[in-house]
Amino acid sequence: MSGPNSSMSSIRTPLARVRGLGSARSGTSDFWRQRVTAVAMIVLIIPVIVVVMMLLGRNHAAATQILGSPFVVIVMTLFTIASVWHMKIGMQVIIEDYVHDEKLKLALIIGNNFFSVAVALAAIYAILKLSFGV
Amino acid sequence: MAQHIERPLSPHLSTYRLTLTMAMSVVHRGTGMVLYAGTLLLVWWLLATASGPAAYATFQGFIGSWFGRLVLFGYTFALVHHLLGGVRHLIWDLGYGFGPTEREWLTRAALIGSVSLTIVLWIIAFAAGGLR
Repeated sequence: MSGPNSSMSSIRTPLARVRGLGSARSGTSDFWRQRVTAVAMIVLIIPVIVVVMMLLGRNHAAATQILGSPFVVIVMTLFTIASVWHMKIGMQVIIEDYVHDEKLKLALIIGNNFFSVAVALAAIYAILKLSFGV
Repeated sequence: MAQHIERPLSPHLSTYRLTLTMAMSVVHRGTGMVLYAGTLLLVWWLLATASGPAAYATFQGFIGSWFGRLVLFGYTFALVHHLLGGVRHLIWDLGYGFGPTEREWLTRAALIGSVSLTIVLWIIAFAAGGLR
């Protein structure tokens, strides 16, 4: 493999090989982030389920009080970030797997980004509004 | 323009015998898509609570209806199934559980676990909600 001519066997520069980011310049970052967000959610789902259970059958005043408490706000914000990031990557993989028309694929990937950002912003806005008082 | 070249293709889905691991893999992707759409329900819930008692009552009215409960039950199952399926995938990512007995055992555990955990969560939910 290595030898005086090893650099000639590939048109990739040594720097590109070391970075290992490939032609799309993002390497395996989506693969890695999909797993990091998954591990985060395995931890966060437990307090989230507890919060949801606490809210069942409550009136509005009690619900705002529970959802506005600092611990719940932090847990819900972290869960929102992890889940939206996770689903954005997942949906992009599905689009890339099944949509082969280049323009439609591009449009759907952009739409997926818009939807994910909108969902994250709406959820975090509502959580923060609750934390500062309705 | 480049002309169409006949390149070898990997065998299609229909070529394989349906196995439990394959079915669970397909369902994992399906539940992921369900949860993607389900975030709209989550956003509705949070925005309604942040908006005020009237919007919150509308949301509660939907969730309290038989259709709302059905949607929520499906959402719970999708969440638990995707969660346990995800744990199984993380175990595989770490390099464990690929043996012929382990992988079947893991898959069955994820399936049985997701059905049982969904039912347990709903029993707890009815007990917690029913007391108020």
